[in-house]
Amino acid sequence: MRESSHPLAGLRQRIARIAASDGVESRRGEGWLASGHARFDDAFGGGLAVGRTHEFFAADALDATSAAAFAALVALRTPGKAPLIWLRTSDAGKRSGHIYAPGIAELGGDPDRLLLVEAADPKMLLACANDAIRCAGSAAVIVESWGKFPLLDLTAGRRLALGARDAGTTLLMLRLNAVPTPSVAETRWSVAAAPSHALEANAPGAPAFDLELLRWRAGPAGTRWRLDWNHDEKCFGEAALSGALLPLPARRAMASHRAAAA
Amino acid sequence: MRLASVDAAALAVGLRPGMPLADARAQVGELMVVPHDPVLDAEWLDRLAQGSARYTPLVALDAPDGLILDIAGAAHLFGDEAGLIADVEMRLARLGMTLRHALGPTADAARALARYQARPAPDEASAIRRLPVAALELEAEATTALVRAGLKTIGDLASRPMANLAARFGADAAMALRRILGDSPSPLDPRVTPPPVAAERRFAEPLGSTVHATKVLTELAAEAIEELGERGKGGRHFRATFFRSDGLARTIAIETGHPTRDAGLVMRLFAERMDGLADPLDPGFGFDMIRLAVPRIEALGASQLGLEGGAVKEAAIDELADRLATRLGRGRVRRLRPADTHIPEQAQLELPAIDAPAPLPWQAPEPGEPPTRPFHLFDPPQPIEVIAEVPDGPPQRFRWRRAFHAIRRYEGPERIAAEWWRRRDNGGLTRDYYRVEDAQGRRFWLFRHGLYDEKPDPRWYIHGVFA
Repeated sequence: MRESSHPLAGLRQRIARIAASDGVESRRGEGWLASGHARFDDAFGGGLAVGRTHEFFAADALDATSAAAFAALVALRTPGKAPLIWLRTSDAGKRSGHIYAPGIAELGGDPDRLLLVEAADPKMLLACANDAIRCAGSAAVIVESWGKFPLLDLTAGRRLALGARDAGTTLLMLRLNAVPTPSVAETRWSVAAAPSHALEANAPGAPAFDLELLRWRAGPAGTRWRLDWNHDEKCFGEAALSGALLPLPARRAMASHRAAAA
Repeated sequence: MRLASVDAAALAVGLRPGMPLADARAQVGELMVVPHDPVLDAEWLDRLAQGSARYTPLVALDAPDGLILDIAGAAHLFGDEAGLIADVEMRLARLGMTLRHALGPTADAARALARYQARPAPDEASAIRRLPVAALELEAEATTALVRAGLKTIGDLASRPMANLAARFGADAAMALRRILGDSPSPLDPRVTPPPVAAERRFAEPLGSTVHATKVLTELAAEAIEELGERGKGGRHFRATFFRSDGLARTIAIETGHPTRDAGLVMRLFAERMDGLADPLDPGFGFDMIRLAVPRIEALGASQLGLEGGAVKEAAIDELADRLATRLGRGRVRRLRPADTHIPEQAQLELPAIDAPAPLPWQAPEPGEPPTRPFHLFDPPQPIEVIAEVPDGPPQRFRWRRAFHAIRRYEGPERIAAEWWRRRDNGGLTRDYYRVEDAQGRRFWLFRHGLYDEKPDPRWYIHGVFA
């Protein structure tokens, strides 16, 4: 409503923006959300670009938690107290579960930084996302949706992306149980859970993620990454050889895990 | 069936409350009868009381059919007391209501005068003295006894020693008499508490447009904020009431997470709320008064902006939270706070961000250990089918949402017992939690609800999913 009240002013701003960026749309923002994994970050010039849209598709409906946790951890790694605004619809708690603060605290994140917004339907979700993305000062804005999101067409996506660029905020679109479709996102990922590095007595180890880069506006796509989350260092690390692929004796596994942690 | 009450016209043709309906019909053929509905009457009275807030913020209900208005210091807004009464009469006449009213030095005196005054009197004091003893509202026997004794008016009683009255009819009778005479205070129990800060505007001609009403509200917000500034306070709740000329009043309220003196913010929140109204603000025949009240204020010193803009950014986030809470409902914008319990689903509180308490520390992670609590929690837990060794073995395979998962790694059990004060009930079963990982590397949190010696065939549930 408010934007359309000054159509001329809006158009002028847009022309100025295009002129400033020399017509190249994927101009770098002024920072990165770094993962802490040196090779991963270097491959993208520092991490996930701030002021851009990044999409995380859960590889399978069951990988919803991995996708959500990856997005949240990348945002909560940033130092400071800047809040992470997390928008979801009312039925998200039933589908993929409630966001559980003790679990986030055990991952090394600060649950006090979370600001949860629960919209009644996808339409309201998109409206709130447009407001949240224009509010500077957040670590990132996560917009979680389930299934197809017909309202998020190219126009709506572009509006969000422009909002993020103008305010310098980062939009992390969490697409659960959805098939990747064309969009204006800077990067698009498919996230899946990876078998963890077993601990003593074959206990599940630190969170492990299997990422596939589906699209990157500034470079080639298709690379795959396996990242482990180290909650002591609050960074992603190299995934150790998985026990599922190469069974190791428990003692050796323990020793190499200690070496990795050290 | 009997008549509960009658209007003036019916009274004139000889109908009385309490008369059998059949008799009344026999007397007046074309009698119009409406069933007596005390609940609707009470609602109507409450609406009238709400509308009376235009005269004074202190309005008390005198159920079932009276209102007491404290107009001290408010009558001059309508010229004088007579002007105020004329305004009340005019408005009630528009609603088709007749009115008995009286002014008195105290609430009880005014009430007694309005309800029991039969003869006109030159002044208030003599009017009160001429009231019948029924105005004391004692039991019927006591009233009859007083009348038989020749004490017909309040004045008669007042001229006797109060102690005799108290001895014969009880302390309550003496107290009622004192209150009517104004010798002892008659406190008012107002329907609403007046807000600490309020600004209002009355219009000679009703405002027919919502746009103009919003403009007036903006001016009122500026006035209220100026007053807040003088007192070193900030508002947390703001309540705008639009009084329509046909007697309806519509209240729109907003709330902020921190005390504020930012008129722009307040107006943005009002605009947000009005945009989201299911039934938009309808001026009808126009608003003839708009009031902005600030019922909840808190101390707010003059603030200095940080050089690096940190405070500005925080304020922007707070404003966003307020705006979203105004649009979606206060409970839908939340922050998470820890709760001191070991029951997993109760260990976090989701509180409205608008009045969430200060953050408390969370349980710090064990260095070198993987997380023992999931990222996503199902509440309630979802039942699953599990193949496990009986009695205390770990799960081997389980089925959840129509898919099988073969468990490759597990850790557990972590035994979480119910709180001791609940153990006697059925809900007091012990849970054995397992952290498991399936062949695809997904990590789940499963539990068996009940030990085998607690329950013959305990069920399994999935309570969460790990990252």
